[in-house]
Amino acid sequence: MSGAEFVPLSLTPLLIGIFAAVACALPGNFLLLRRQALIGDAISHVVLPGIVVAFLLTGVIAAGPMMLGAAGAAIAAVVLIELIRRLGRIEPGAAMGVVFTTMFAGGVLLLEQTDTSTVHLDVEHALYGNLESLIWLDATGWGSLLDPAALRYLPAELPRMALTLIGVTLFIALFWRSLKISTFDEGFARTLGIRTNLLGLGLVITAAIAAVAAFDAVGSIIVIAMFICPPAAARMMSNRLEGQLGWSVAFAVVSAILGYVLAGYGPLWLGATDAVSAAGMIATVSGLLLAIAARFGPCRHRAGAPAGI
Amino acid sequence: MLWDALLLQMGYNATLVAIGATLLGISSGITGTFLFLRKRALVSDAISHATLPGVGLAFLVMVALGGDGRNLAGLLAGSALSAMAGLWCLNWLTRRTRLAEDAAIGAVLSVFFGFGIVILTVIQTLGVGRQAGLEGFLLGSTAGMLWNDALVIAGGGAATLLLIMLLRRPMTLVAFDPEYAAARGISVSRIDMMMMGLVMAVTVVGLKIVGLILIVALLIIPAVTARFWTERSDLVVLLAGVAGGLSAYLGAAVSASAPNLPTGPIIVLMSFGLFALSLLLAPNRGVLAAVLRHLRFQRRVHLRQGLLALAQDQVIYEPLTLRLLRRRGLLRADGVATEEGRARAAKALRDEHRWALVRSDQTHEAAAALYDGLREIETVLTEDQISEIDRRIGGPREVPA
Repeated sequence: MSGAEFVPLSLTPLLIGIFAAVACALPGNFLLLRRQALIGDAISHVVLPGIVVAFLLTGVIAAGPMMLGAAGAAIAAVVLIELIRRLGRIEPGAAMGVVFTTMFAGGVLLLEQTDTSTVHLDVEHALYGNLESLIWLDATGWGSLLDPAALRYLPAELPRMALTLIGVTLFIALFWRSLKISTFDEGFARTLGIRTNLLGLGLVITAAIAAVAAFDAVGSIIVIAMFICPPAAARMMSNRLEGQLGWSVAFAVVSAILGYVLAGYGPLWLGATDAVSAAGMIATVSGLLLAIAARFGPCRHRAGAPAGI
Repeated sequence: MLWDALLLQMGYNATLVAIGATLLGISSGITGTFLFLRKRALVSDAISHATLPGVGLAFLVMVALGGDGRNLAGLLAGSALSAMAGLWCLNWLTRRTRLAEDAAIGAVLSVFFGFGIVILTVIQTLGVGRQAGLEGFLLGSTAGMLWNDALVIAGGGAATLLLIMLLRRPMTLVAFDPEYAAARGISVSRIDMMMMGLVMAVTVVGLKIVGLILIVALLIIPAVTARFWTERSDLVVLLAGVAGGLSAYLGAAVSASAPNLPTGPIIVLMSFGLFALSLLLAPNRGVLAAVLRHLRFQRRVHLRQGLLALAQDQVIYEPLTLRLLRRRGLLRADGVATEEGRARAAKALRDEHRWALVRSDQTHEAAAALYDGLREIETVLTEDQISEIDRRIGGPREVPA
């Protein structure tokens, strides 16, 4: 394929997909090890009311207010889950279930009530995302990457997602030692003077920011899948945290590229005319990778458990 | 309008929806309770998301065979099959790999849902007409419930209720003490599988009413709500059924009373309303009860400390203590103890000495363990034991000159 076709139509969605996948997979590793894997699922459901409320307040579809609304809803949900868990003495899973389903229901209700279907804001869009539409029409070829006039019309999601990825990476790099210790031995971390509660909150907020940014660009399916599948597959590949992180990034990148290509060109190879959902395909590919890793990965069994049981 | 809807006066279709929703609410509340007690509430999330590819594939198969793609029985069969596949993946991941259950749940739900979306876009691009209504499975679409749909829901609900009646004992046992259940000869994995089968049945039946994302709410929230009110497992099951049925009925009625009120979300918000009320008002476990308990405890501590301070002629500065003592007529407004106050204070101090002796004496070890600085010693020891202790402390004596 020539650059004249590839750069305007596929380069930006592909890059956005890769950035979103890696930005979600990185914090996902820690959430997975801390038994908080479903936080990503909860966050991606609760951002819906946040986005709707932001739209109702500002009346415009703009990325800024939407992301603020989504982030606000995510934080409200985390606080609410914690509150219900403590006040009602309910196990965390059930508390999470109560909160995210209710907030999602509230979001759907608001959406139906305000008749926002005329504008480009509907549930399906929020769920599936529209990775395919993030094209860069002003590009004419590889040369456009150096052309300031064309670069001005680059989809705004690309720099935003890149920034998010840098932010997530910085957070993990800065707190690497504390995160590692507190993930594996919280008690020991506390004796070292690490404020584990604060660190845990920081991790969840980082995850929420990554989720919201990715949600805006690619829809919630990728977010949930990338929080869990690449780290889970990576967990089967390595016993060391560094190794797991590396594998998870690799799995995320492979899912994004392979999923995007399969969604765009797979149906054409099979003789159909239209592409299928790229977000759904990326999630599917990450699941297949997980299945392969779970079946053949070198570290797939629990430590100490006899093999083959 | 709302009143009419509550009394089922809104016409045939609204009545059908209300009755169908109520049946679903009852059976999901009851089924969800066992899931909640087994601490696997979020498994329902994975199951419900896993139904989506089945719905899409069933549609494609039915169209390919030349039938109507929207046949409800066919779609439900498809969703049941793919939910089963999801459940199998979930089980395999938790048992055969090092993944924890929450990670396995997340993996299954995101991958199945993603694949389902792929299928849905395939259906859209195929352009086979009349796929409308398929999207309703995401968010539920009760407004269009037909007599046949209602029959499927009623039949499914009744079947799940019957099965639960039969499996009640072993499921309760497994939920609370799997090891004991296994020792009694109950196959824990088989009971777990049946429980999941029930959840799957409720999910599949509920798809049509509340949609696949919100059915999770109906499985979790009523059970959590009921748990606030009682410590007995059979009552929790019963109350969860009532809470689920009530919120579904109210939700269906409210959504019928005005346009633009989608049934599924309203039902979920109703059940959350019941949950919030229970969280606040339930006896023992409720927030209000806890606050009252705390205040009562605070008053007892302050009163006791105040009396001890009076007995030892210490000055009391704490305003709450002063207020409590005055209100009970133990202290005059000028801060001098009344007759009764002095008597009670002396008794409190003597009890403190008695306790000190009890706690230093090995023979009273069991009673000493009950000491918390508030308990009356008479509630722990017999009269004979107390007089024995008093003999050792000695009676009132004159101050030595």
